[in-house]
Amino acid sequence: MVKNIAVIGDSESIKGFGAVGMDMYLCDDPQESGNLLKRIADSEDYAIIYMTEGLFALCAKERTRFAERTIPAVIPIPSAAGGTGIGQKRLSQFVEQAVGSDILFGN
Amino acid sequence: MAVMNVNPTRMQMTKLKKQLQIARRGHKMLKDKRDELMRQFIELVRENQKLRAKVESSLEECNRHFINASAVMSKKALESSLMSSKHQTGVEVASKNVMSVDVPLFSAVSGSDDEGEIYPYGFAFTSFELDDAVMSLHQLLPDLIRLAETEKSCELMAAEIERTRRRVNSLEHVMIPRYEETIKYIAMKLEENDRSSRTRLMKVKDMLLEKAHGYSEKYE
Repeated sequence: MVKNIAVIGDSESIKGFGAVGMDMYLCDDPQESGNLLKRIADSEDYAIIYMTEGLFALCAKERTRFAERTIPAVIPIPSAAGGTGIGQKRLSQFVEQAVGSDILFGN
Repeated sequence: MAVMNVNPTRMQMTKLKKQLQIARRGHKMLKDKRDELMRQFIELVRENQKLRAKVESSLEECNRHFINASAVMSKKALESSLMSSKHQTGVEVASKNVMSVDVPLFSAVSGSDDEGEIYPYGFAFTSFELDDAVMSLHQLLPDLIRLAETEKSCELMAAEIERTRRRVNSLEHVMIPRYEETIKYIAMKLEENDRSSRTRLMKVKDMLLEKAHGYSEKYE
């Protein structure tokens, strides 16, 4: 089963991803990001959806629908403005959920 | 711990004992499952942590390259040269079953293997900074895909571990003690019934002896 990769973000942050063969979805309006994610994920054409961190944080509600599914994987990436550490935070959340307390990062 | 609402009969006790045995076996198995999941999860988390640090710093570098490129090219030219990619990068999706959790396996399927093919534009009107930017992003691709794979696996496994942990705990601290208590309660009740019927028999025997022969055993 071959699926594609999508990238959601502002034009500044994701312009390069199109060049390496990913599908770009420009989203300059943060309010729209949730709907856009839903539309892209429901089309079931994509295995991986990268989102810039700012937008990623905004569609927490939409993401819960895909949390239990094997695909798509919704993954935050730092935007052009720089990383905000959401990726690390997310990881420590997983550890906390699984172990009961954050034993790896200690914060 | 509350005793279950059951009839104190021998049959019920046998049934409960069987259930207790199953509960114990289930508890042991779930505990093993949890431990193994946890071990693999921690490994994945460590890998994910490293990958993320790498991907984030590399993406930052890519962005720097793009900024350099946009410094020497007009915004319009830059965007139009990036717009038309020659190939589509796809991912072959498989799944692996880790302790009953289906985790995805991604492997990149690239449109072409030709090194020169990765640039979606002609070299005539673009700057070499743009080549650098696209090249570095292209090299990052395997890591990006691996990151997605591990992160999704972590997400799925964390949820499963949490569920398994709850089940282990509920078996260990609620179900098994409850079964034990109830079995004990039934055993005591049965013994009590036993004793009471024995004394009743003795009493009846006494009464019968006294009636038939005029003497009683109890004073001997």
